[in-house]
Amino acid sequence: MKRGPVCLLAVLGLVLVACSAGDATSSADEPDTITLVAYDSFPAPDPENPIHIALAEFTAQTGISVEILIAGDTGTMLSKATLTAGNPEGDVMWGIDNTFLSRGIAAQIFEPYQAAGAADLPAEFTQLVPNGEATPVDFGDVCVNYDIAALEAAGIDPPASLADLALPQYDGQLVVQNPATSSPGLAFLLATIAEFGNDGWEAYWQSLRDNDVEIVDSWTQAYYESFSWAGGSRPLVVSYGSSPPFEVLFAAEPLDAAPTGVVESTCFRQIEFAGVLRGTPAPSAARQLVDFLITERFQREVPLNLFVFPVNQAVVLADEFVRHATIPDSPLSLDPAAIETNRSDWIDRWTAVATG
Amino acid sequence: MDGSRNGIGSSADTPLPSCSGSAGPLNRLPRWFVAAVAVPPLVFLAVFYVWPFGTLVWRGVSVGAITDTISRAGTWRVLWFTTWQAAASTALTLILGLAPTWATSRFSFPGRRAFLSVLTAAFVLPTVVVGAAIVAVLPNSLDRSVWAILGAHVVFNLAVVVRTVGTVWEQLPPDLERAAATLGAGPWRTFRQITLPLLRPPLAAAGAIVFMFTFTSFGVIRVLGTTNRSTIEVEVWRRATQLGDIGGAAVLTVLQLVVLAALVTWSARAQRRHARTINLEGPITRRRPVGRQRWWVAISVGAALAVVTLPLLALVERSLRADGSYSLAAWRSLGNDEIRPGLRLGIDPLGALRNSATTALWATTLAVVIGGLAVVAITALGRSGKLLDTGLMLPLGTSAVTIGFGMLITFDVDPVDWRASWWLVPVGHALVAVPFVVRSALGVSRSIDPDLRAAAATLGAPPIRAWASTTLPFLRQPLATGAGLAAAISLGEFGATSFLSRSGSDTLPIAIERLLGRTGRLFQAQAFALSAILAAATMLIVMLVDTGAATERSNDRARHS
Repeated sequence: MKRGPVCLLAVLGLVLVACSAGDATSSADEPDTITLVAYDSFPAPDPENPIHIALAEFTAQTGISVEILIAGDTGTMLSKATLTAGNPEGDVMWGIDNTFLSRGIAAQIFEPYQAAGAADLPAEFTQLVPNGEATPVDFGDVCVNYDIAALEAAGIDPPASLADLALPQYDGQLVVQNPATSSPGLAFLLATIAEFGNDGWEAYWQSLRDNDVEIVDSWTQAYYESFSWAGGSRPLVVSYGSSPPFEVLFAAEPLDAAPTGVVESTCFRQIEFAGVLRGTPAPSAARQLVDFLITERFQREVPLNLFVFPVNQAVVLADEFVRHATIPDSPLSLDPAAIETNRSDWIDRWTAVATG
Repeated sequence: MDGSRNGIGSSADTPLPSCSGSAGPLNRLPRWFVAAVAVPPLVFLAVFYVWPFGTLVWRGVSVGAITDTISRAGTWRVLWFTTWQAAASTALTLILGLAPTWATSRFSFPGRRAFLSVLTAAFVLPTVVVGAAIVAVLPNSLDRSVWAILGAHVVFNLAVVVRTVGTVWEQLPPDLERAAATLGAGPWRTFRQITLPLLRPPLAAAGAIVFMFTFTSFGVIRVLGTTNRSTIEVEVWRRATQLGDIGGAAVLTVLQLVVLAALVTWSARAQRRHARTINLEGPITRRRPVGRQRWWVAISVGAALAVVTLPLLALVERSLRADGSYSLAAWRSLGNDEIRPGLRLGIDPLGALRNSATTALWATTLAVVIGGLAVVAITALGRSGKLLDTGLMLPLGTSAVTIGFGMLITFDVDPVDWRASWWLVPVGHALVAVPFVVRSALGVSRSIDPDLRAAAATLGAPPIRAWASTTLPFLRQPLATGAGLAAAISLGEFGATSFLSRSGSDTLPIAIERLLGRTGRLFQAQAFALSAILAAATMLIVMLVDTGAATERSNDRARHS
């Protein structure tokens, strides 16, 4: 009984050694398998998943296999990359967003690289990384969502702006996330800072508090516990601009119209980036993968499988997105460097207002 | 070996000098044997805990980080909240746990084993699920109050009290209580003056574990906490992952450890001070409750069952809920990743189930082997055994983020480039599970009468054989209990797993968390269906382990008679 596991371990050890020996026999200078490090909403390996089908086509074209390593939520993934900068866990990283970008660049987790095709991406995305510090791969918006039926039943119009949320008719109606622990929560705080400025946002939050805003720790709590559409009692929630189409796509029973709506002027834009991890033993293969990630072939799988929008403008969006998604033309935004410099201070000041 | 030599009534507060196996030169275990037994747990602890954690602290802690942390008002607010909610949760769990422990360890009744399994299943439910269920069950005004947090902590930890204390309680010779009753003591007085003092070591053990668990509470706080109700563990996670402040996180982890180390030292001392050698009856005798006892047993079990099953039922209900009516859609679609043509989930629930089962198997094997050896070593080593005992408890009190990140920067060069190895996950689970195996068995191991061994030695048995024939039979049941807990912990573990990078399938709790992080009702219902499967799997495992142990015991009895 006690010897069993030990023997098994020994056997496994041999198998592992044999496997790595197999890898080493490839003729190229570089390993022909590279690792894509991603956040935890990246689809699990599955030969039939569209993302992985696309990656398999990349392998067929280049001879480079891609393994996926899930590193946790975006913040965790970045912290790990920072700790291992220069001796990374993988070769390419997918998904650092603009609220974390400056920290990643400052910690030199990426090897600068101008991806083939990056020049064709909209300037809105590439202007944040003018020297190829990283490559924009997708974007999305964090916006106030509302429960259409609940507001109708109460005879209230949906709010039209951030300022509206402090009006008496929305008293006790809004649930938001704690920016200290939640990524959409932070984006919403940044939206209010972008809207009301460094001198005005605390007063705005005080008025939200007076209007009985509910603050919870995560998106899951806000959306699934407090939002009236999912069983809670509040018809306004901070979520994503893409939430309504997903309510339609992933409804338990087929739906014709989205049950939720988006307040367009409250949207804060999140842009995600990929990059070649500094210290990779396979820089040229890693660069080829980054090139591939912004091709139309890969980008067209992004909306349905990663729940964000493609940066490559050649992609034609599926009908559900055209009909139900909100992609504002001029979303709220802040300079990534300012976010990184002030994040801790802003969160502390927000906590003082929110709990004081 | 009669009950009268224990001297329990007369010298209840006199510590017995020998409680760790130093029962005279006649039957001392040979040194090489003790060393051989102590080495594996020591190496395991050193390689997978001390080294990575030390590396991270070495890298993170600096004078600046320390002064920053100390001068931040938030640090002390968090420490205060962490401490008082843990103390309150522990007291509440111990008080509420006594009645069901009494009922299950003293009486046999139909469904007793199932009841224990249900309790244990609650212990490993994903915090997201219990949190959601608590919110659903509590009136709105209490949703975000501290009562929600305390309630969730009781639901989770009731099993720790019932199982840890029950293991000793069921082996307490009932003739003591009967003798007290014969002398005219009422049941309450008998309990207070005879039973309770004997139960102090396991109560201290259970209290220490529950305190440690609630002091380091992470998931519950993230689900039910509000902005100014944060524990140190959550603050460590926030600093390390969201703010990228590894230094601040490392300092807070050390602070947390210091508080807990003090507690563990105190608890170990309390356990030893109150440890008495008593004659643990080999065969456990549980009676059927008679007369009014039936009511008390029913009430004790019923109340505990209600507290624990409410969340379980709530999650089954929610797995069936779909757009205002009920349907099996979520259950039917579990095995099918393709939601409609061309639309795939990207999460493999059944793969997660398989992955969780494999991981639990490895983690349990590892935890029982390491933990079993540790129990023997701790009992035999006496003073230095205490160190090993405390050391093995440390991972429980250490933030999972810091262990995970520590492994990341320690196991990153050949020959220890293990960062992405599949077995790091079961090792992480075993780190957390070993203390449970040790706690389950150590109380019994310490209570084994050294005279038993002396007697065996007098009869000519060589030390190892004397030890094997007197100690091992008593350890089988608590080790089985420990194995059940270890399997349950591995199945439900979320912390460490989520901070180790991984390729391939998720474990169940991670798959559930991912499902709940998506927009779309189907995902939500699927997450609750998966939670129900997780709870059922846990119950099944715990029941199998319990049944196995009971069968072995009755076989033993048959052999001996």
